[in-house]
Amino acid sequence: MFAYYFSLAVRSLKRNVVLTVLMIVAIGVGIGASMTTLTVFRAMGSDPIPGKSAELFAVQIDNWGPDSSGSTNGKQDRLQNQLSYRDAMNLMQAHPAKAQSAMYASSLALTPANPDLQAFRVHVRAPYTDFFAMFEVPFLYGAPWSSADDAAHAEVVVLTRALNDKLFSGANSVGKSITLDGHDYRVVGVMNDWEPIPKFYDLNDEKFSKGADIYVPFTRAVERHMAIEGNLNCKDNSESGWEGRLRSECVWVQFWAELPTAAAAADYRRFLQNYAAQQQASGRFHWPPRTSIKNVREWLAYEDVVSDEFRILVLVSFSFLFVCLLNAMGLMLAKTMGRARDIGVRRALGADRSAIFAQCLIESGVIGLAGAVVGLLLTGLGLLGLRTMLSRDIANLTHLDVIDVVIVIVLAVSTTLLAGLYPTWRATHIQPAWQLKAQ
Amino acid sequence: MQILPILSAMRRNKVGAVLIALQIAVTLAILCNGLFIVQQRLALSHRPSGMVETDLFAIDNEWIGDPTDVSSRIRADLAALRALPGVVDAANTDQYPLTNSGWSEGIDLKADQQTRSAFMSLYMGDEHLIDTLGLRLVAGRNFEPSEILDRGSTDRVQPATIIVTRALADKLFPDGSALGRSIYVEGGKQPTQIVGIVERLQTPWTGTGGWQEKYFEFSVIEPYQFVDTGSWYLVRTKPGQLAAVMQSASKRLLELDRNRLLQKIEPVTDTRVSAYRDDRGLAVILAVVCAALVGVTACGIVGLTSYWVSQRRRQIGIRRALGATRGAILRYFQTENLLIATAGALVGIGLAIAVNLWMVTSFAMPRLSPVWAVLGALLVLVLGQLAVLWPALRAASVPPALATRSA
Repeated sequence: MFAYYFSLAVRSLKRNVVLTVLMIVAIGVGIGASMTTLTVFRAMGSDPIPGKSAELFAVQIDNWGPDSSGSTNGKQDRLQNQLSYRDAMNLMQAHPAKAQSAMYASSLALTPANPDLQAFRVHVRAPYTDFFAMFEVPFLYGAPWSSADDAAHAEVVVLTRALNDKLFSGANSVGKSITLDGHDYRVVGVMNDWEPIPKFYDLNDEKFSKGADIYVPFTRAVERHMAIEGNLNCKDNSESGWEGRLRSECVWVQFWAELPTAAAAADYRRFLQNYAAQQQASGRFHWPPRTSIKNVREWLAYEDVVSDEFRILVLVSFSFLFVCLLNAMGLMLAKTMGRARDIGVRRALGADRSAIFAQCLIESGVIGLAGAVVGLLLTGLGLLGLRTMLSRDIANLTHLDVIDVVIVIVLAVSTTLLAGLYPTWRATHIQPAWQLKAQ
Repeated sequence: MQILPILSAMRRNKVGAVLIALQIAVTLAILCNGLFIVQQRLALSHRPSGMVETDLFAIDNEWIGDPTDVSSRIRADLAALRALPGVVDAANTDQYPLTNSGWSEGIDLKADQQTRSAFMSLYMGDEHLIDTLGLRLVAGRNFEPSEILDRGSTDRVQPATIIVTRALADKLFPDGSALGRSIYVEGGKQPTQIVGIVERLQTPWTGTGGWQEKYFEFSVIEPYQFVDTGSWYLVRTKPGQLAAVMQSASKRLLELDRNRLLQKIEPVTDTRVSAYRDDRGLAVILAVVCAALVGVTACGIVGLTSYWVSQRRRQIGIRRALGATRGAILRYFQTENLLIATAGALVGIGLAIAVNLWMVTSFAMPRLSPVWAVLGALLVLVLGQLAVLWPALRAASVPPALATRSA
């Protein structure tokens, strides 16, 4: 029966090509526009570290107090989104979490061993060893450096796979040495592909782009005065020099802790409040303790990873889809009513209402499927357009995955069926006698 | 034109009329708000930076290793750049507009202030910076070579003299007395005298909303040679010689010293393009969606009206046989569309304003002027009339003889 209705639908659609094409184009354009933005929106809001996003927490401490100019990221809560070096070091020493790491971004000049090659800049991330286990970083060769290396400010590095391919043609480089800003560092490990998007652990610059090329121990980076590439925000005038910065209330360190259970998180919250209270007691903070921990999902929402602009765009494109569906609905209505006689004849020959209902619904389904195909093509085109028009950071998100394709088909067919419901209902209520009399 | 017969005919076709009206309403709401955002984004991306952006390029210079004599190296570089043929002037600085990355500090009117009087973005440069950027000095003087001191990125110092933008001068001293007054910068205790005021110099941040937009012209120039492993060289060339000088400059710098990275050499006009890429992208996308929306709505009107015309061919024939002119038939469909479109536009104006108010509260968007809504309404009415023209002309061409034929 389905096959018969399907062929009937195709035949009926062929009878009025203009109307059919208009319907399919309307749905296709609507789906194309809404899916283009939805694809990017989904990528923006995706969970960068599934399975663990509820167990990893960003740490915030109010070290500026109520008289400060406010939060550097424009939030009402007056909390900074990074820590001062002092607080980060105190938390690292107390070590109450299962795993934790202070970190910051830097950049260095890498001088290749081959003297003919130009030096180039590499993006550096300087974390503690816990970073790798905590964020489930896969290793191709070797392993992370040890806590002993952290303590010894060791001159060791972990390379990304891409940089290892570039420097050592993908060979196992563990034990080899590279030159960063004139100093030699020993390679202890090479990461396999690992690019969580959004780059949740540091949202300072580009949120959706690749992370560092190379990883150096935090302790080593601080000792070598490696420049801060992210955001550095200061409250007051501080002392000059690197040591002055380390002693200052300037915030520039990202801090993450792994707290696997609700109890661990509650303990950590208490620990942080106590820590801030101690700082108040010691006279450093002149205000009551204010601290916060936020898990990955909360952190992404807090840091406005999905920009308002993009929310507006998604909204506009879905309103556009709504208009397209209204349009298709009107055209379907016209088409159904134009076929009132055929339907009347079928009813007179014994087809019951449910048969007419099924036939019309399958016809809208076919339109929906054709709309999905057009929509998929337009989504591809739309994403291509976004890639050329938007910044590199957002261009990283313009890739269709299988789920997107499924969403396109389901969305196109279901919305078309929905739009087709009223015309279908009207079709089932056509009076056969009246239609035949008019003949 | 009789409106009542149209209304009574419409009553028999309620759903179709409602569908068109609804489409027009939503189209209008999107169109108003969409085009409003487009206009705002384009206006934003055309804000003047204060620089003369043509014939100006930037070099991102970074020293490798830890050279101890960065100060003299930078001075040597600047002398070499200024001596290049085709170069008008060159300067070394910590930041420049449109890069979205820079240095900000607080400003106080008194020493020991608890809350800052204003925030500013900190440009460092010698007496060549103003001419290199092409800034307009509207009051006071430029720096003297003798005032210029070295400063690294971790040095916490306050200068004796400073040049501020007019926007910042007006903010600090609304009575216009800024020139010659003393302020306290970077939380320091030493007074700093305002010796010059430039007409305009944007902060490096081009973002919208919050303090980035509020303070976008709050900048100062401090008389420092920025001495750090990484800094920007800005070079102004003679008209039309930009490309040639960009090549010769990087060649010259590498000749002087290979122990450096020239990360980026780009015309400032390119910096502007990348700074506003997302804003322009958003504007283009919204404009395309609006255009598609207009097209889809027009197609919908054409489709449904055509259907109505074909449904009513016999009635049209009868009217023609009874003496109605072609014009009368044409006007019938035009009036019908006008009625539907007006109803849709009225709902649409309400919807557009509601959507805008919602965006004002949840996205910090500015308020839509009602003029936009009215203009949008006129636009959709014209759109409706244009879309209905073809089916209406077809209706008008129905021959009166049709009435005499039996169906």
